[in-house]
Amino acid sequence: MIEKTVAEITAALNAGDISSVELTQAYLDRIIRFNDDLNAFITVCTDSALSQAKKADEKRAKGDTSPLLGIPLAHKDIFCTNGVTTSCGSRMLQNFVAPYDATIVEKLYQAGVVMLGKTNMDEFAMGSSNETSYFGPAKNPWDTARVPGGSSGGSAVAVAADLCAVATGTDTGGSIRQPAAFCGITGFKPSYGRVSRWGMIAFASSLDQAGSLSKTAEDAALMTNVMAGLDRKDSTSIDKPVEDYTASLSNSLDGLKIGIPKQHFAEGLSSEVEQAIREALVEYENLGAIIKEIDLPNNHLSVSVYYVIAPAEASANLSRYDGVRYGYRCEDPADLEDMYKRTRSEGFGEEVKRRIMVGTYALSAGFYDAYYRKAQKIRRLIKNDFVDAFKEVDVIIGPTSPHTAFEIGSKTDPVTMYLEDIYTIAVNLAGLPGISIPVGTAEGLPVGMHIVGNDFAEAKVLNVAHLFQQQTDWHRFKPTAFEKES
Amino acid sequence: MALDKSELEKIAHLARLHITKAESEEVMLRITDILALIDEMQSINTNDVAPLAHPLDLLQRLRTDEITERDYRDELQSLAPEAQEGLYLVPKVIE
Amino acid sequence: MEWETVIGLEVHVQLSTKSKLFSGTASQFGAEPNTQANIYDLALPGVLPVLNEEALKHAVKFGLAINASISKTSVFDRKNYFYPDLPKGYQISQLDFPTVGKGSLMINLEDGSEKVIGVTRAHMEEDAGKSLHEDFHGMSGIDLNRAGTPLLEIVSEPDLRNAKEAVAYLKKLHSIILYLDISDAIMAQGSMRCDANVSIRPKGEIELGTRTEIKNINSFRFVEKAINYEVQRQQEVIQDGSRVVQETRLYDAELNETRSMRSKEVANDYRYFPEPDLLPIVIDQAFIDSIRETLPELPDAKKARFVKEFGLNDYDASVITNNRDMAEYFESVTRDSGDAKLAANWITGDLQALLNKNNWEITESPIQAYRLAQLIARIKDNTISGKIAKRIFEGMIEDSSSVDDIIEEAGLKQVTDSGEIEKLVDEVIDNNPDQVQQFREGKQQVLSYLVGQAMKLSRGKANPNQVNQFLRNKLK
Repeated sequence: MIEKTVAEITAALNAGDISSVELTQAYLDRIIRFNDDLNAFITVCTDSALSQAKKADEKRAKGDTSPLLGIPLAHKDIFCTNGVTTSCGSRMLQNFVAPYDATIVEKLYQAGVVMLGKTNMDEFAMGSSNETSYFGPAKNPWDTARVPGGSSGGSAVAVAADLCAVATGTDTGGSIRQPAAFCGITGFKPSYGRVSRWGMIAFASSLDQAGSLSKTAEDAALMTNVMAGLDRKDSTSIDKPVEDYTASLSNSLDGLKIGIPKQHFAEGLSSEVEQAIREALVEYENLGAIIKEIDLPNNHLSVSVYYVIAPAEASANLSRYDGVRYGYRCEDPADLEDMYKRTRSEGFGEEVKRRIMVGTYALSAGFYDAYYRKAQKIRRLIKNDFVDAFKEVDVIIGPTSPHTAFEIGSKTDPVTMYLEDIYTIAVNLAGLPGISIPVGTAEGLPVGMHIVGNDFAEAKVLNVAHLFQQQTDWHRFKPTAFEKES
Repeated sequence: MALDKSELEKIAHLARLHITKAESEEVMLRITDILALIDEMQSINTNDVAPLAHPLDLLQRLRTDEITERDYRDELQSLAPEAQEGLYLVPKVIE
Repeated sequence: MEWETVIGLEVHVQLSTKSKLFSGTASQFGAEPNTQANIYDLALPGVLPVLNEEALKHAVKFGLAINASISKTSVFDRKNYFYPDLPKGYQISQLDFPTVGKGSLMINLEDGSEKVIGVTRAHMEEDAGKSLHEDFHGMSGIDLNRAGTPLLEIVSEPDLRNAKEAVAYLKKLHSIILYLDISDAIMAQGSMRCDANVSIRPKGEIELGTRTEIKNINSFRFVEKAINYEVQRQQEVIQDGSRVVQETRLYDAELNETRSMRSKEVANDYRYFPEPDLLPIVIDQAFIDSIRETLPELPDAKKARFVKEFGLNDYDASVITNNRDMAEYFESVTRDSGDAKLAANWITGDLQALLNKNNWEITESPIQAYRLAQLIARIKDNTISGKIAKRIFEGMIEDSSSVDDIIEEAGLKQVTDSGEIEKLVDEVIDNNPDQVQQFREGKQQVLSYLVGQAMKLSRGKANPNQVNQFLRNKLK
């Protein structure tokens, strides 16, 4: 049962084939067995998970058949969970037990989910490989010498290795989609503003968006149904009715116009990845879709723009970690200045410090116009490229990442690492919904395909992804080392 | 644009980060690389472009002036590295 | 050399709201430390701001009161700096697009003239917490109750030319704020705070001199003293051949001096940028109009009306309208007594003296408006004389019974019975033959002496007009 999708598990729970307690125990057993190898979880909540499962079973016995009732999931350790350590992958918050629940955590509890634990991640979500985690990198279940991608690496690993049914993640520049691609699962980032950011530890406020890592687009739709919606505690959350994202999953794609950005099929793209994407496009043509090349002329600037805006916002967002009210404080500070500097230097890892400094520099006197303001202007150009493109096409499709999962420790230079997100970043800058689904393998490693929709076209994106998964079995492919044994 | 030592010291201080002498060369090099990446932006003419602060064209919602939070100081203060008599303690603040 | 002083004031006013600027935490003054510091105020990971509607309304209301331009779109920015009383490590403020733009207000100078002082802008921002420096084993204690309290920072143009003008400006601002009921504006409690930018230049020079910013001025009196000290200091610095250094200086009220805040000398680079957790605040004309409708009659308009409607002189009208409660008190006394001039005299005279002596607000006066009106009514209907009225007034402070009862009890009712007055007058004529003789020889001014004698004899109770009349008749 543990390898099934949320939709399938729910059917089994409703049919009485399995209880949530049994299911939860099965996942917990796998976590115990494999987490040392995979390092997917930072915190495991055995007791509370089982008692939540018991409650879910009781509710079901009373006739409650809510879609996520009793489903064991994992939260990225970036979401505040009341009474549970919320580390954000950092030494700074290693001992921070959040005194409140993030809005999405609360909503998912209300839907009846079981929280198995908190997943590993790049420190403060700054990374594309999970290697910046204070708790060490999560490992790719397809090859544990390789990275699972990041920053939501732990969540991707947990779903791919069947350590949970589904997981939450956050995506600032590709942090859900890229690890989903590397681990062969489905990673969905809704439009900016669609899901509340309250209780989600901020990295870059104008880019961060919560989403899900799941086995299928259908599961992503089930998660989005619960997670999405207006939250008055988040000023950037949109007041727009939430659709039932499962309702349109099977809509016909006949006549669908798919845009292929020529910039995403250019130099730097692995030929095997390209091959897998091209084959997937043939499936769409078979479904009646029309493929059309499009131009995103400013796309190549998205990494540059992102590495001004994200660090600038982060430099301020991370100023609160000062050792005064919670979190890490250095030993025996000599004075106030010493407390600040040592607390922050010892509490943050290298990549986080590097981005704080880049952001500080970009905002500092004399550089603001050349960096921050300039980046915001180009951000508009990038957004406008999408506005123009969506006048002609319904969705945009390309590779999620230029290549498959790389080896741990193989990318030591930050700029090389930053270029990992070349295909995904522009989507965050423009605030659009995007999904990565597995569409094949290259040298035995999963390849992810990226589907991008217009503002708030979540339903369309999920529909396009779902129909592909109805035609193919790539989402059923499993890493053999961690296959079900019981 | 290359980052020099005095600039590094200045931004490290603004960000309240301590960069040791041993680290500084490496940090400078890395940041200089990042700045080179960023500087690709400079090739684009943006004279007539309005900055985009948010991906969505939304407006600020207002909150009714109500007290919605209760006092649970002791619980919150249990998170603090050092607190006493209801106060958060820090090394002496010199005015 | 003759010097000219140039002053601009930055005034921070805590806006009266139930909850904080960006969170639903209570924002009352004087609570136990950190009992008004919740997850948002403590800047816990993951928290987000949402703007308090009331704070925005207060800001707009102030803007309308000083005829300022109200920005249809305003934007919050982050101002970055580290300080233990600033939990987020940035203050949410407004840099380029403040809610209130250019406006102005009128101040009254000592010579009776008026001067218009420009207000550059007024923007909303969060207050910081407080560092307490009592010794906690060599550490400071941080209280974040105040953190996040809404502030309106009102920045004046450098239009003020001396300390007295600065005080007049501040008092006018204070008066307007209390009229609008948008803040307690109590300087001693910090709900109104003032920083002064002071520079000097040779008279006739157009270029501004180097300015210093004086902080920590917490009373109207200290504003005057701090500025005067600073002006003197700057003159001495220049006369010594040195130059004024641009810096922040702290006013020490005990020593009456300003001194450099060297600890904050590190060049600040606040790295302002638009607050990404908040969106642009867009207000429409209907919103502005709805607030305009709530504006009370403001001090200047009220003063003009009092002069016109009640015939008050400028000074009395100023004193009375300076305080909204005082103005209401005056209108109430006038309405009930039917005599604005007497009402104004009593309020600016005996009543004001009484309040000053006891440090009372008009709302705390033991003599309520309706009682003062009764007293005035008794003067007007000749029940008592003006002189007796002063004694009754004294009695009314302690005795809360009706004015008529107090008059009755003291036996101080004016004697208007002509028989009694005639008797008095006869007695005075008999006792003062010399003066009577002088009057009859044409020395008119002796009459007032004789009236005085009669009043004395009656212990003040005789109606002086009647006494006068009888004397004239008898001495014809």
